[in-house]
Amino acid sequence: MLLKIKGAVRLYWHYLSINVRCAMQYKTSFFLTALGQFLVSFNVFLGIYFMFRRFRAVDGFTYSEVLLCFSVTLMEFSLAEMFARGFDLFPEMVRTGSFDQVLVRPQNEILQVLGSKFELTRIGRMLQAVVMFWYGVSHSGVDWSFSKIATVIFMLIGGCAVFSGLFLIYAALCFFTLEGLEFMNVLTDGAREYGRYPVSIYGKKMLLVTTFLIPYALVQYYPLLYLLGKDSRPFLIYVPLLAVWFLLPSYALWRFGVRHYQSSGS
Amino acid sequence: MRESTRRLPNYTAPMIFKEVAGMKKYLSFFRLSFTMGLQYRAAALAGIVTQFAWGFLEILVFQAFYQAEPGAFPMTMSATASYVWMQQAFLALFATWMMENDIFDTIANGNISYSLCRPIRIYNMWFSQSTATRVSRAVLRCFPILIVAAFLPENYGMAEPASAWHFGLFVLTLVLGLFVTVAFSMLVYVLTFFTVSPQGVRIVFTSMVEFFAGAVIPLPFFPAGWQKVLELLPFASMQNVALRIYSGSMSGAQMERAVALQLIWLAVLLLLGSGLCRLAEKKVTIQGG
Repeated sequence: MLLKIKGAVRLYWHYLSINVRCAMQYKTSFFLTALGQFLVSFNVFLGIYFMFRRFRAVDGFTYSEVLLCFSVTLMEFSLAEMFARGFDLFPEMVRTGSFDQVLVRPQNEILQVLGSKFELTRIGRMLQAVVMFWYGVSHSGVDWSFSKIATVIFMLIGGCAVFSGLFLIYAALCFFTLEGLEFMNVLTDGAREYGRYPVSIYGKKMLLVTTFLIPYALVQYYPLLYLLGKDSRPFLIYVPLLAVWFLLPSYALWRFGVRHYQSSGS
Repeated sequence: MRESTRRLPNYTAPMIFKEVAGMKKYLSFFRLSFTMGLQYRAAALAGIVTQFAWGFLEILVFQAFYQAEPGAFPMTMSATASYVWMQQAFLALFATWMMENDIFDTIANGNISYSLCRPIRIYNMWFSQSTATRVSRAVLRCFPILIVAAFLPENYGMAEPASAWHFGLFVLTLVLGLFVTVAFSMLVYVLTFFTVSPQGVRIVFTSMVEFFAGAVIPLPFFPAGWQKVLELLPFASMQNVALRIYSGSMSGAQMERAVALQLIWLAVLLLLGSGLCRLAEKKVTIQGG
């Protein structure tokens, strides 16, 4: 078992290094795309900036607190996109029939799909998130302690899991239909765009949905309250880790899809 | 026939006939792209779902700010809600990031040489094609969104237009705004002639335009000084005018100025774009093989 995991990790690294070398063959294109990623989310930042030139707070959250919230969401999303982007390109894999090749290889198929593409250009977005995070942290007076640092790390782990789970669901749906899957963007891109504000501003119902159905709130709103000292109950530190459960139904759907996969393409 | 018209210095009947026939070419390009665009129904359905969710969340954000500080709100909440819904319904008309990949492809792979051999103006052909694609996409998407939004409660849904006069002006400025948007994206296409990799030009242009056009937040939400400058730029002549006229959040003088600016910018962009296009056609290097 341990050997198997070791082998998988080595293979994963190998995939990663191939992708990095591949991306570095087209350096200009890489940096331009990274710049583009930066600009696109920079627009969202500017939107927040100008809204807060006019308003002092929204639902009790100030400018720097919102930036902290947005930056963590953006980091979670960018990390998931960098490493689970293979799922995003999965429709192409099904359409061209190259998933058949994956199935005949003696390796886990998720590992192979993950390895098929790493979107490292998301580093542009990540960089912006880090800058905003730094600003948010230094201006919202977070009292740093070991437990708060742990909270941030757990948020990143949990958030990455939620988004990866959504990408996995997207890929699993490709087994059934290739048309109209753009609606999944509401759950992924939508969460990134609208996750810029704490979930609570969207109302009680939305908070309920994002707590129990798709656990965005677990990786964003609740731990944020703890970080900002608005709520000091210590169990909030571990709440983001609960979001990892979301990978289970996603994985189940994927398994179900793989079992029902009928080859396509030519 | 052609020979004789060429020798005549003034506009004569056959020449006018030729002009009309010329228009007809581009009308059929329009028709072709339009019907092609109508075929993507599944994508349109997914688009409608996405636009609904987007509009809904956007309105909730504005509501939250409104409840936090109603006094600082520059528009009425109901006008803001209408703005958001129409923005979602007509997204395909104004989104600068929705460009024709076919056009970029023909430049990159050299297929443009075929179009260059034809007796058509590349600029007019692309202009009518991209207008058609945008209109067909919008036609498929806008009605379900507008109808449902009209039934939502006040301050969340679409309000009625401020008056029949406002509605008429809204339709006019919507069309003008579409033309300004297309004329602007034409500049990006034409610039691709000069730089083969369109990525850079495209990314910088589109993200800048989105923001200055009021796609991220409506222009009235900018600080006063910013707003004054932004309203003069061509980007404000895209979606901003029509969406704000509809709900009556522009005064009479403001509306007149906005329509005049739309016309001026449209003329400038058309001249600049077609001029550059002619220049590019003269020194074009065909790519690919």
